[in-house]
Amino acid sequence: MTDPTPAAPILTVRDLRVSFAGARKSWNRVVHGLSLDVAAGETVALVGESGSGKSVTSLAMMRLLDPATSRIEGSITLDGHELLALSEADMVAKIRGQRATMIFQEPMTSLHPIYTVGDQLIEALTCHRPMAASAARKAAVALMERVRIPDAARRLDDYPHAFSGGMRQRVMIAMALASRPKLLIADEPTTALDVTVQGEILSLLKELQAEYGMAMLFVTHDMGVVAEMADRTVVMLRGDVVEEGTTEQVFRAPRQPYTRALLASVPALGSMAGEPVPLRFPVIDIATGAATPGTPLARQPDFSAPLLEVRDLVTRFDVRGGLLRRKVARVHAVENLSFAIHPAETLALVGESGCGKSTTGRAIIRLAGGQSSGSVRLGATELFGLDAARLRRQRREIQMIPQDPLASLNPRMTIGEALVEPFLEHRMGPFAAARAKAARLMDQVGLAPQMLERFPHEFSGGQRQRLCIARALMLDPKVIIADESVSALDVSVKAQVVNLLLDIQERTGIAFLFISHDIAVVERISHRIAVMYQGEIVEIGPRAAVMETPLHPYTRRLIDAVAIPDPARRHLRRSQPPSDLMNPIRDLSFVPPSRRYREATPGHFVRED
Amino acid sequence: MLAAMLSRLARMVVVMLGISILTFLIFFATPGADPAARIAGRNAAPETVAAVRHDFGLDQPIWVQYGAMMRKMFITGDLTSFVNRGEKIVPTLRAAAPVTLSLVAGAAVLWMALGALTGILAAATRGRWPDKMLMGLSMMAVAMPVFWVGEMVNLITQSRLHNTWAFSWVPPLGYVPFTESPLRWALALVFPWLTLAFLYIGLYGRMLRTGIIETYQEDYIRTARAKGLTARRVLLKHATRSAIIPVVIMFGMDFGVLVGGAAVLTEVVFGLNGVGRLTYQALKVLDLPMIMASVLYASFFVVLANAIVDLLCILIDPRMRRK
Repeated sequence: MTDPTPAAPILTVRDLRVSFAGARKSWNRVVHGLSLDVAAGETVALVGESGSGKSVTSLAMMRLLDPATSRIEGSITLDGHELLALSEADMVAKIRGQRATMIFQEPMTSLHPIYTVGDQLIEALTCHRPMAASAARKAAVALMERVRIPDAARRLDDYPHAFSGGMRQRVMIAMALASRPKLLIADEPTTALDVTVQGEILSLLKELQAEYGMAMLFVTHDMGVVAEMADRTVVMLRGDVVEEGTTEQVFRAPRQPYTRALLASVPALGSMAGEPVPLRFPVIDIATGAATPGTPLARQPDFSAPLLEVRDLVTRFDVRGGLLRRKVARVHAVENLSFAIHPAETLALVGESGCGKSTTGRAIIRLAGGQSSGSVRLGATELFGLDAARLRRQRREIQMIPQDPLASLNPRMTIGEALVEPFLEHRMGPFAAARAKAARLMDQVGLAPQMLERFPHEFSGGQRQRLCIARALMLDPKVIIADESVSALDVSVKAQVVNLLLDIQERTGIAFLFISHDIAVVERISHRIAVMYQGEIVEIGPRAAVMETPLHPYTRRLIDAVAIPDPARRHLRRSQPPSDLMNPIRDLSFVPPSRRYREATPGHFVRED
Repeated sequence: MLAAMLSRLARMVVVMLGISILTFLIFFATPGADPAARIAGRNAAPETVAAVRHDFGLDQPIWVQYGAMMRKMFITGDLTSFVNRGEKIVPTLRAAAPVTLSLVAGAAVLWMALGALTGILAAATRGRWPDKMLMGLSMMAVAMPVFWVGEMVNLITQSRLHNTWAFSWVPPLGYVPFTESPLRWALALVFPWLTLAFLYIGLYGRMLRTGIIETYQEDYIRTARAKGLTARRVLLKHATRSAIIPVVIMFGMDFGVLVGGAAVLTEVVFGLNGVGRLTYQALKVLDLPMIMASVLYASFFVVLANAIVDLLCILIDPRMRRK
């Protein structure tokens, strides 16, 4: 066998074809002839957008697909074993959890909720090599220490729900290392994690790989993660390999238009240095490879008077417990938040999960529940203290674009009905006017007006998000709150939707409150950035100031943790201890400290700690 | 834990109080159901009805009657039937309870064991013939009315084939107290148990099968398989334990309701003088004290069984511990 890599490959895949059973005994092929090699100590990334067949490939390698509904053909050789020729019993005895192990995307659901972490670790240790209970326990503690879980011996008897997402992924990694595997398959292992946690997990994987000398197959959609982790990269598109080479080659000189398009749509942190205003993503034609560079936003925000002004916003939730369900603690979700948004301006609210950014978005339109106080002024109207009817009228002016477009579209309503409904509900005009407006907006968001008769499930994820944008625009709002609106989208789709939002802002002068954890996207779209940590703003200022001269340690840490799609930075190691738990639950007697902000440069404020 | 149990107990008392008041009110608020006229019999003279009304205390305000009844039921224990004046309610109920308990508890053991087996086997062989056969059988079990199955069983074991080697050991219909002879107690109950359990084996088997198959979609099952666990271990340790929780909750409901009297059809068919039969007879003659006592007894078991099931669920699923 000819072998492109210097070391002998541990895993050799040749002409792998995977098909799923379709209707009437037909087979739909989803992977068309994939070949790759992974050598010991090497990391190969399998990159692609959703539907590219990358996860199916990784499951096929472990033969975890249901044999009744799937067919795997070709050849997969791992450490001298032809996996497709092995019986299921041999897979269990020799391969799974032995020579090859796997970690998954969702650490929150990948651990069994009703067994302790220790049980599950010990099970992984003992199911292949019988050992005494005390020895197994010791080995489990050693593994937990190896993946740097603090206080390992005590935490062994905790249940998964007592661990944060990052800690659970560490447990998964510990489990995968239990048998000192030859190959570790990581299927989007950091996608569901916060950036700082993602950075920690990636560093950990790198260290452990060096220590164990195992081969790693890294399945991901995130070009930043690829650049940071992989020696070689395989790019997949709809079941085909479109490009393959060293990561350096693929990033520096992509040969295929698709790879170029993919790389162009990846927001790279720092790529906005020197750009004065938000910049559209470059558009690359996938068929021809012709590139159109992104144009900057032409319309400038009007800083003469604020459009939306938030003062001392506080949102707290009571935690009840005990026999009489009394208040026992309080979640300080949002503490003393103040900011303003101007017409045609985008203010980004960034932070990690649990920092209160989404609650802020909902508190502004008074949908947060809990107890909120403070002041939210829209133009001259104070929203807090409005009665229900007037608040409803005011909500017209502030619309939301949700994170999950499918969940927020009623599956039993056509798109036309969904778009027309808010317009009629607010008595903005007759039905014919509503239809005409819906058709015009469909055109504006890049969809055909004929699609109004379709149902939500007939659209792709990116199209659905366009629909939600169109629905928000139906009421001619002044402000749109976009809560993680592009986070769930594939990179190329994400770039298109960001471009669309910028187009809309340019045309209508709408203001955006752009809530996101994705700093690279935020850098592209926003005029100003507010960084939130534990319910408070720690730093707020013009985009260039915050990104280029971050002053608060948390901002620096957040920016530092982002994986940059640049293979040259691969060998940089982060030297940060695992982050502390972000827990805004406080005692009832807790009085939030009063904060002072320092103005470093005009408009750039940082909290004084 | 203690707080949870105490609040459980408090809730139980509240539920029982509510049920007793409701039952009492229904009895008096139902139009045309003057209890005095009922007791006095058809075509009784107005004077007789008035005498009966006074005699039974029915001319006193409702809350006084309610209080008196509760006192007689729980404190003095000398509540007597309105219809059959000599009959003391509490001892009658106390005599009927073990019959029903024996019947339902034995059947419950059977249906939990066989139902779990059915569900696990069917899930393990999903889509293949053992699954199809078991699911067909359990559909039949659910579809056949219990009194019909009971009568058929009686027809075979008591009459047609009674004198063959197969069924000659079957004792005549009726109940034998456990204290009298454990063996004869068990023999007399074998067919009632099987008949009552039959329906629930089908029901629980189907439910568990669906639960296990759904659990197989969970990420943690994929993790367990990727770890290299054998198919059997994944099925029994990882899938079944999660899937059994709704079955256990269901069991709590069913067990409580059956002990409370819902096993009446089985009791009647097999000539067992249990609580269900007692309640049914009391309802026929609108015997308020008897209805009251048996309804309270039933609600007690429903709430108790639910409390036990809650504790069981906490044992199975640690996530329910933090509240």
